[in-house]
This record gives sequence, C-alpha cells and structure tokens, in this order.
Amino acid sequence: MKPTDTTNPDYFHKVVDCQWACPAHTDVPEYIRLIAQGRFSDAYLENRKSNVFPGILGRVCDRPCEPACRRGRVEDKPVAICRLKRVAADHRDDITDQLPKAPAETNGKKVALIGAGCASLGVANDLAPLGYEITIFEALGATGGLMRTNIPRFRLPPEVLDEEIDYILDMGVDLKLNHPIESMKALLDSDEYDAVFVGTGAPRGKNLEIPGRYDSDRIHIGIEWLESVAFEHIETIGERVLIIGVGNTAMDCCRTSLRLGAKDVKVMARKPRGFFKASDWELEDAEEENVDIVVNHSPKEFVLEDGKLVGMRFDVMEYNIDETGRIDRGKAVDEVMIPCDDVILAIGQDNAFPWIERDIGIEFNEWDCPVVDEKTMMCSRDGVFFGGDSAFGPKNIIWAVAHAHEAAISIHKYCQGEDIGDRLPVGLNLSTQKMGMHEWSYSNDYDPAGRRLMPHVDLKERFKKLDIEVELGFTAEQAAKEVERCLNCDIQTVFTAKLCIECDACIDICPVDCLTITHNGEEADLRTRLSAPAENLEQALYVSDDLPQTGRVMVKDEDLCVHCSLCAERCPTGAWDMQKSHILLPYAADEADSKETTAA
Amino acid sequence: MSYIAKPRVSHPGLPKNKLGLTTRDYEGTVSTLCAGCGHDSVTAAIIQAVFELDVEPHMLAKMSGIGCSSKTPAYFVSQSHGFNSVHGRMPSVTTGANAANRDLMYIGVSGDGDSLSIGVGQFVHAIRRNLNMCYMIENNGVYGLTKGQFSASADIGSLPKKGLPNQQEPIDPVSTALSLGATYIGRSFSGDKEQLVPLIKGALMHDGFALVDVISPCVTFNDHEGSTKSYAHTRQFYHHVTDMDYIPPAEEIKAKYAEGEAMPVELHDGSTIMLRKVDDEYDPTSRAAAFKYLRDHFNAGEITTGLLYINKERREMHDLMGNVDTPLAELPLDSLNPGSTELRKILKRYA
Ligand SMILES: Cc1cc2nc3c(=O)[nH]c(=O)nc-3n(C[C@H](O)[C@H](O)[C@H](O)COP(=O)(O)OP(=O)(O)OC[C@H]3O[C@@H](n4cnc5c(N)ncnc54)[C@H](O)[C@@H]3O)c2cc1C
Ligand SMILES: Cc1ncc(C[n+]2csc(CCOP(=O)(O)OP(=O)(O)O)c2C)c(N)n1
Ligand code: SF4
Ligand code: SF4
Ligand code: SF4
Ligand SMILES: [Mg+2]
Repeated sequence: MKPTDTTNPDYFHKVVDCQWACPAHTDVPEYIRLIAQGRFSDAYLENRKSNVFPGILGRVCDRPCEPACRRGRVEDKPVAICRLKRVAADHRDDITDQLPKAPAETNGKKVALIGAGCASLGVANDLAPLGYEITIFEALGATGGLMRTNIPRFRLPPEVLDEEIDYILDMGVDLKLNHPIESMKALLDSDEYDAVFVGTGAPRGKNLEIPGRYDSDRIHIGIEWLESVAFEHIETIGERVLIIGVGNTAMDCCRTSLRLGAKDVKVMARKPRGFFKASDWELEDAEEENVDIVVNHSPKEFVLEDGKLVGMRFDVMEYNIDETGRIDRGKAVDEVMIPCDDVILAIGQDNAFPWIERDIGIEFNEWDCPVVDEKTMMCSRDGVFFGGDSAFGPKNIIWAVAHAHEAAISIHKYCQGEDIGDRLPVGLNLSTQKMGMHEWSYSNDYDPAGRRLMPHVDLKERFKKLDIEVELGFTAEQAAKEVERCLNCDIQTVFTAKLCIECDACIDICPVDCLTITHNGEEADLRTRLSAPAENLEQALYVSDDLPQTGRVMVKDEDLCVHCSLCAERCPTGAWDMQKSHILLPYAADEADSKETTAA
Repeated sequence: MSYIAKPRVSHPGLPKNKLGLTTRDYEGTVSTLCAGCGHDSVTAAIIQAVFELDVEPHMLAKMSGIGCSSKTPAYFVSQSHGFNSVHGRMPSVTTGANAANRDLMYIGVSGDGDSLSIGVGQFVHAIRRNLNMCYMIENNGVYGLTKGQFSASADIGSLPKKGLPNQQEPIDPVSTALSLGATYIGRSFSGDKEQLVPLIKGALMHDGFALVDVISPCVTFNDHEGSTKSYAHTRQFYHHVTDMDYIPPAEEIKAKYAEGEAMPVELHDGSTIMLRKVDDEYDPTSRAAAFKYLRDHFNAGEITTGLLYINKERREMHDLMGNVDTPLAELPLDSLNPGSTELRKILKRYA
C-alpha cells in the first residue's frame, strides 16, 4: 500500500467515528471532554457551532453517531453521546451574551426562507450574523415545523424548543406566521429577495389504499393526527388502537395514544424484527410502555359493521431470509381479523410542492422532488436553494441542520456574486497532547464502565399528562461516569517513520493489538498478516513510509484503537505521538472572513 | 517506564488456545523497564510461545537472578510460580526447584551480566548437569540495571556511551554452551519474533538444558553508534542459518517442505522440530562443525542466529541420576524419608 496521506483532513476525521457519522460533524469528543471538566456552557457552545440545537438534539436526535461509536465495537454499547449533549444543555449557564449577533447594519441583501422548521432556522442562524435581512414565511401559527407539530412533548418539551429557536429569531429575523407561500412564481417575480431558501419539509403522510379506507373517520394519517394532538384539536382516542407501520412515526403515535386514553395499543409490522425502520431505542421506549409489537402482519382491509370501524383484516406473512440477510417479498400463510376502535397510518411521508409552478426553471425528478445539488443545495434555478426534508425526502433534524450550513454558504456566496462551487476546503490542525514524561492532556485511562441507563419517569406517573417528559436526564454521577467511557478518538496516533528503531515496544504494549511491523503489500494481503484480525473493511489501515532499518512498514488497523496513548508512552524515540486533530469545518461566517482577509 | 496500566480491554477477535486463553491471559504486570528495551520484546515472545504451547500457568516456573533482564518474569504469566533469586544464582535455585519437582516447566530469564560475569560458575554447571530448563539470556553487552558498564559479552572494540572501547575478549554463551555439552542451543534477536517464538517453544519442550541467547538491545545504555549490540548493528550483521517450526504432538504437519529442505527432530513427547537450513553448509547436529562455523562467522563480524545445535541423545539430570518419575515434592513422607532403622542399615554399609 502507499503510505497513508494524513495531510488529507478526511483521514483523521474518519478515525473520529462519531464526528464523521454526524451529518453536521459535531466535535463529540471535544464537548464530552468539556463536560468532564464541568465546562457545560462551553460544551453547549461547542455543540451549537455545528448542530445549532443542542438542547433539542440532546433529546431527540436520530444519533447516527452512536451506532458509529468505536466503543460499540470494542465493547457492545456505544457512549451515550446524545444524552451527554443534553447534559451540556441542562447544566449550561446563561450563554446568551456568547451567541452570534447580527451586526448593527445589514448588508443590504434580502433572503426569504420558506417554512420555519429546523432547516430554515439553521440557515437564518448562519446568515443573520453576516448582516443578511432574513424573512421567514411559515404557513402555521407556530415555529419549529415537525419538531413542534409531530415530535410529542413527552420527548421534547416546548420550552426547550422555544428557547433555542428564540436564540435565532432574536438576531432580528422577520418572522411571518400564518403566511403560507402559495405561489413560488409570485414570490420570485416580486424580485424582493436576493435568494430564496425552501425549507418546507415533506408534509404529506402516505396513505393506505385498501378497502374500507374512506368509510370511517376513525382512520387517521399519523403525521396529521400528531399535529392535531400537538395543537390540542384531538384530545382522546379509542381504547383499542392499531398503528400501521413500524417506523419512528409509529412509535410516537403509539406512545401518544397511550396518553390519550388507549389501553390496548398494537403496532402492526409487515416484516419480522430486524427489518423495522424504527431505531432500537425508540422500540425499547415503546415496549417499556407495554405497546404490543405484532410482526409479519400485512394490512388487507378495514372491517366495518353498520358503518362503524370494528377491526382490520391482515394477511399473516412468512418470509425467507437468505444468508446475506436479505428478506424476500414473503407469502401470506393465513388471515386474521384484529378488532380495534382507531387505526393510525404511520407508513411514511412524501414531498409535495403544489405551490411551486413547474414552468419557472425549477426542475423536478421522476418522484416529483426538486433536483438539488448535494453540495451546494441549489436547484436548477439560480438563487433558489432547498434543505431539510424538502431537499431529498424525509430525513431528520441533524440532516436538516447540515443542509442548512451548506445552503447558507451557497446563499452567501451567491449574494456576494462569488462562485458557489468554489468553497473553502475542510482544514485540519494537529497538536501534540504530551504534557510531560508520562502525562497526557487528556484522560487516557481506559474506564471499563458500562453505558449508564437513562432514568425514566415512573410508568404510571408518565401517562397522567401528555407533556410529562419521560427521560429525566443523567444525574451528575451518571454524567461523570459516562464521559469517561469516551475513547477520545480525536487524540490521534501520529507516526513518524524516520524515528522508528523497530524495537516493537508499541506493538507489544498495544492492548487491542492494532499495530504490526511487516513487509508492505496490497491491502487485502496486509490485512491477513496483522497482529490481530483486521476484518472491518470500513476502517482504514494506517501505513507508514518505509522504516529506516529494515524497509518494512508500520501498519495500524484503526478499527479498535482505544487511544490509550500506550504506544506513544512506550516508544523510546517519539515515533508515535498522540496529537489532537481539530477538524476545521467552514461555515458561511468563515467564507465571509476569508474574503475580508484577502481583501485587506 | 509507564505509570498507566495496560487496560484489560482487548481485541474481541483474539485467537484462543486449547485452554480457552488468549495471549492477554498470559501477561504479567506492566513493564517498568525503559521504553524500547529489547527485554520487553523478549517478554512478548515468551508470552506468545507459552500461549501457543497451551501451557497451564500453574505448571510454569519462572526463575531469575538480578538485572533488568532478571526483572522480566514479573511481566509475563502472572499466575505461574516464580523465584527472583540472588545475582547470578538463578541456575542453582532452578536446580533445586527442578530436583524437587520435575513436572514443572522451567524458564530461567537471565542477563549477560547475571550469567557470564557473576553467575558464570553456576551457568556452566547447570549446562554440565543437563538441567531440564529453558535458559534465556537477554544479551545486551552491558549491565543495564547498574547504568551500562560493559559486561562479559561486550565485543572487543565496542564503544560505550562515554569512554574507551572494550579491550577484553567476550564470552560467547553459545560457544560456551556448545563446549560444555548443552543439548539445545539457539540464538536470536529481540527484534525478530518470527525466529524467536518457535525457538523458545522448542526450548521449553526440549528435554534437557536449552539455551536461548537473545541479542536484546539496551536502548538506554548500548544502542548508540559504535555499539555492537544495538538494534541497527544487530540488523546489519544478522546472519541466520536455520529456521525452525515447532509442531505439537499428534498434529499433522501442514506446511509443505521441499525434498531435503527440512530436517525433522522428534522430541520426547512426540512433538517435532522441523529444522530448515538457510545456509546449506550448516550442520546443527555436529558440535565440531557448529563450533567452527560459529567461530569463522564471529571473526567475520557476523551474528549467527537460528537453532544452532540440537542433541536428543544425552539424558537430562533426573535420568542421569536415575530418579523416580514422580516429583519428589509429591512423594509421601515415608518413601522420601526411609526412617532411622533404614538409615542405620545404610550407614552400616560404610562401617
Ligand atoms: C412523527 C415524527 C417524529 C420524528 N421524530 C424525530 C426525531 O425524534 N428526531 C429527528 O431528528 N427527527 C425526527 N423526525 C423528522 C424531523 O422532524 C424532520 O426531519 C425535520 O423536522 C425536517 O425539518 P425541515 O425544516 O426540513 O421541515 P419541517 O420540520 O417539516 O418544517 C417545515 C415547515 O414548513 C412549513 N411549510 C410547509 N409548506 C409551506 C409553505 N408553502 N409556506 C410556508 N410554510 C410552509 C410547515 O408548516 C413547517 O412548519 C420526526 C418526524 C416525524 C414525522
Ligand atoms: C551480588 C551482587 N553484585 C552486584 C550487584 C549489582 N548488579 C545489579 S544488576 C547487575 C548487572 C546486571 O547485568 P545483566 O545481567 O546483563 O542485566 P541487564 O540489566 O543488562 O539486563 C549488577 C552488577 C548485585 N545486585 N548483586
Ligand atoms: S493508542 Fe496506541 S497502544 Fe493504545 S490502542 Fe491505540 S494504537 Fe494501541
Ligand atoms: S516503539 Fe517506537 S521505535 Fe519502537 S517500534 Fe514502535 S514506533 Fe518504532
Ligand atoms: S537500562 Fe537498558 S536493559 Fe535496563 S531497562 Fe533500560 S534499556 Fe533495558
Ligand atoms: Mg545485560
């Protein structure tokens, strides 16, 4: 293999599995260390820089970081990254004076943001401090989008939502509630805005066209039903509820039903376990509340008696799963009728843009979604940008935030007449963490503690009201223990081949056998010759230049390194060093700064 | 040295041996030697060897004298027996232990100072007796523990870190052992585990005195330019004449050996050493030939390594003395001590 090019920021960035997996690339190990030091406000601000909504995300993020966490490969449970974010938010002091502020004078450019969900709010957050005049148009009478209308209050209290949204609006954003945009053409033709951002989400719940669908008013579309509950238009439900679908929306529907008086709630899944869309933790939370998850039932028809919904008929399915884990389409082996009073359909969402005319240069693809550039977030019409669920279909909050940062860069460059494709590159700083003979700047001891369990409100207590937040947050002791589980993956092992005398000290001390000195070869061959099996092909091999004494190479399998520093500690020549990698992600403000400095 | 303990966490895919143990289970406490010391690598090689041999920790006895090298038994197989004796006295303590319990596997770890200076008298007699043990010398040409004075294995002309070059003839433990009739003699290098691990395995399984002389650089006092025991010097003049594989009893010989390439040597327990000559001229079964070869290559400045001599004919100490198979430590008191009537009878013979 060629020597690894560690000057490419992506190399060390990938080693920080959580940060790499986070769409907004939150610097997780850094904020966890800040929490460990009791610097909650700094931890909060570190989060806010990349993910904008730490208090919200610390409760409801989809947390793609956690399945990626190295700790989950070394042991079985990842660090509770998401809930530590909440610890930072819960324990922060008043940080309002440290938030970005809009300058006294605007820069004369106007930007319209359509929808007041997290995507638009993210764009406003990045552009307001640069002096842009921002107007948000929202169809509903409240901000927050699905975060407010669909994520139930027992998971996300409205105060948390309001506080973080206000941080953004308080920068002088012009918010127009109850102001749906009904014609994109009209908006664009008005020529009032230098750029337009579409953050309208994927607002249409999928329907289930089977017999009986339109014969009862007790059949609800999940996201619409949740919205009605959020706005208190719906306050009760029947005793027996069937939820169709087993994604995250289904989980919120079943748990909400329990709080509106349902006694027997069944989530009906077409496929077996392991093929559910819902995250494991959402399933766990629902099952803790005694929701029944029924597998292998495919909806066939609604059953009505005298015009009243009495149940639903299902095909009972059987599937074959091949050795690669793929499931076939299955076949019906039986049929059952399950009685119920209400049915909630939670089988997905679609994008819908009835208000965007198709002849104004905004191209739509075969699924009736706009064609959007993944890097710049601009559509086929110059000056119109998309982000969040509206761009590529339903995702989640953290993806919407990531889109927002990119869109903000593009909008800024577009408004300044710069090439939106010519963006600042991601940067990398490395700095040694050696403080003395046997001293490192970070807590490098491996703490074998298991993942802390989130304390929950008592099962009886929590159903009394719709808005009792179920998770209590970690206690101080729990947080102190959980932070130590972080492996500090951003403290990188950095190798200097010319210093190595091939004494093997690092190889022998490494607790997880990541290191090998051997003759170079192709990757597939090298992987078979390492100190321990290197079977995780997603994790890189770090290959050195030829070593001075024998011409062999040092190979590190990044997969299971626990960043304990022992290799650097035992190396007599300092060939290994522990260096903190700081990934420099450019934001709109950096683009603005870079032009200022080159101009000066 | 390090203050951080090596964490217990390990690679979930680590291979297990027949006892269900991984190499991690054969570790000791974290080394307090200088970072980069060759001795730590030898420790790692010993761990690998006993792991591969499925050694039950309680059947192993680790013996040593004084020196950095002699400290190393603390760094492997925590669960086994150990005796850290007086400087240079490891051979006699091991003789005593072995006399009492011939069932244990003995590994002595010594240094060039411990074995060739203060302990040379003990060393040679353990060889003469063909004491059944694996005797490792971690050879760095200096007294590491006492800050790097030349030892008896320092070569003429080798430079110290400061001061004048060595002028005295070195004692070569390999030739010494050969001349005294040792039955298994190997030399290797701490930086070459591929060669060292099988060599240690063979030595542990060999019935009789097995010497493994390991060039093990002292990174602090003898790894500079002009030293003949440095990493760089050893690598430059490394001359390896044989390779070997250790094949446990009843295990199929899987590797393919070309005709005449490998020489199988069967050990007492049915295991086999497959000797492969790297240099065709070398004959590891002839003392005289080996002696000459070693001398010639030594004079040419080369460090000859590999399994250099093996003899299965000479019997080990217990067999030479006709001792019972049961370890003395396990015999009941009345058969160990025949009583005063018997003693009187014996004494009468000399009256
Ligand atoms: C039940 C449910 C639970 C979820 N739970 C989670 C979770 O726990 N964690 C997570 O990360 N994600 C979750 N999601 C997904 C997440 O809510 C969305 O991905 C995210 O809100 C998308 O943000 P957005 O800004 O793109 O759009 P939205 O949040 O949908 O906001 C769009 C806004 O635009 C407004 N709008 C639409 N059309 C117009 C128009 N023409 N004019 C003006 N305004 C308009 C809408 O009223 C809305 O306020 C969940 C989704 C659902 C349905
Ligand atoms: C009876 C006695 N004499 C002298 C010493 C001092 N002493 C301690 S270690 C040592 C030499 C050790 O050299 P070596 O065996 O080569 O071990 P190394 O440290 O080089 O591994 C000496 C002379 C001692 N401990 N005891
Ligand atoms: S920091 Fe070094 S010694 Fe520790 S696990 Fe990583 S490679 Fe191994
Ligand atoms: S400890 Fe240092 S000098 Fe020794 S092999 Fe490792 S990197 Fe090379
Ligand atoms: S002094 Fe030399 S022999 Fe002793 S521990 Fe240090 S490097 Fe090893
Ligand atoms: Mg020595």
